Amino acid sequence: MNALGSRFLLGFLLAALVIAGGLSYLASPDPDGLDSVTLHGCTVSGTAAGEQLDGTCIAQNATESHTAASPLADYAVGGRDGTTGLAGVIGVLVTALLGRLLFRVLRRPGDGARAPSGAEPGKD
Amino acid sequence: MGAMNTAMHMSDGLVNAPTAAVFGLVAAAGLAIAASRARADLDERTAPMAGLVTAFVFAVQMINFPILPGASGHLLGGALVAILVGPWVGSLCIAIVLVVQALLFADGGLTALGTNITNMALVGTFTGYAIAWALRRFAARSRTGLLVTAFVAALVNTVVASLAFVLEYAVGGAGGAGLETVFALMVGLHVLVGIGEGIITAATVAAVAAVRPDLVYLLRGTRPALTLRTPGTGAAR
Repeated sequence: MNALGSRFLLGFLLAALVIAGGLSYLASPDPDGLDSVTLHGCTVSGTAAGEQLDGTCIAQNATESHTAASPLADYAVGGRDGTTGLAGVIGVLVTALLGRLLFRVLRRPGDGARAPSGAEPGKD
Repeated sequence: MGAMNTAMHMSDGLVNAPTAAVFGLVAAAGLAIAASRARADLDERTAPMAGLVTAFVFAVQMINFPILPGASGHLLGGALVAILVGPWVGSLCIAIVLVVQALLFADGGLTALGTNITNMALVGTFTGYAIAWALRRFAARSRTGLLVTAFVAALVNTVVASLAFVLEYAVGGAGGAGLETVFALMVGLHVLVGIGEGIITAATVAAVAAVRPDLVYLLRGTRPALTLRTPGTGAAR
C-alpha cells in the first residue's frame, strides 16, 4: 500500500472514530423509524422498574435482549451515563478488526499476482 | 431498561419463532453465497477498504437524525456499502455490524438476527446495488451523476428494507397493530429516513470518489471521468 493509500485508509478510520466517539452525543434520542412503528398505539412512561408501555402496540411483544447484561449494552460502558462515545470507539475498533480478519481470510490466495504496480502481495 | 432509546433494530419477539427461524436460514444462506462471491472482489486494495467501510457503517448508524417530532432515523448502509465495495462484500460488512451490535451492544435480538440481516444486509444492500448498477453510466459521467445515483439508491434501499419488515410481520408478526397500519407507517417513515440515508450516502461516496475513485466499486470498468488531479500527489499514485 502506497503512502496515499495508507493516508486515505487512516483518514477513513479517523472519520469513523470521530463520528462514533464524538458526534454520537448529538444523536437524536427519539425512537427510530422501526421503533416508532412498534410503539404505535402505546404510551411510554418511565417507572422505577424500567419502561412501561400502556395501550396496544407491537413492542409489547418484544423480549429483553439475551445480551442485555453486556458491559456495552445500550451503547454505554458498564451502564454509565455519558460513555456513549467510548462505547462507540470500542465498537468501531471491534467492527474494523472483525472486518479486517474476515476479508483477509476471504481474499483469494495468490491474487497478489495481479496487484497494481507498487503494491506488494500479501501486504496491505 | 432504557433500551428503547438506543435500540435501532428488531428485538426478539416481534415475529414468532418459526418466522424468526425461517429468516435465520434465509440470512445464513444469503451470507454463505455472499462469502463465496466476495472472494473475487477482494484484493490487496479492496480488503482493507472493506474492513474500514464496516467500521464506518457502525459509526454512522449511531447517529440518529430527527425525521419528525418524536421520531428519528439512522443509516442502514446498504447502498453505501454496495457502491463502495460491491454487494457481496457489502452485505458481509453490514452483517458484521449487525452481529456486533446484537452481541456486544444488546441492539437487535439474537433470534431477530436473521430478520435484521435479511432486511438490512441482504435486501437493503442488493436493492441499493440494483438501483446504483442501473444508473452506473449516469454515475460515471459527472460528480452530480454520482451524487444523484447514491442518493436515489440509498432512498430506495431504505424503503425496500422497511418493506421486508412488513413482509416478516405479515408472515408471522406477534400482533399489536394491523398489517395495513404497519405498512403505511413503515413506508411513510422510511421515505423520510431514506432522505437522510440518501444525503449521508451521497456525501460519503462523493468524498471517497474525490480522493480515491479507484476504490469506488460502482465506477470500476466505467470511464474514469471522475479522476481528480490532486496537486502534489500525482506521483504517489
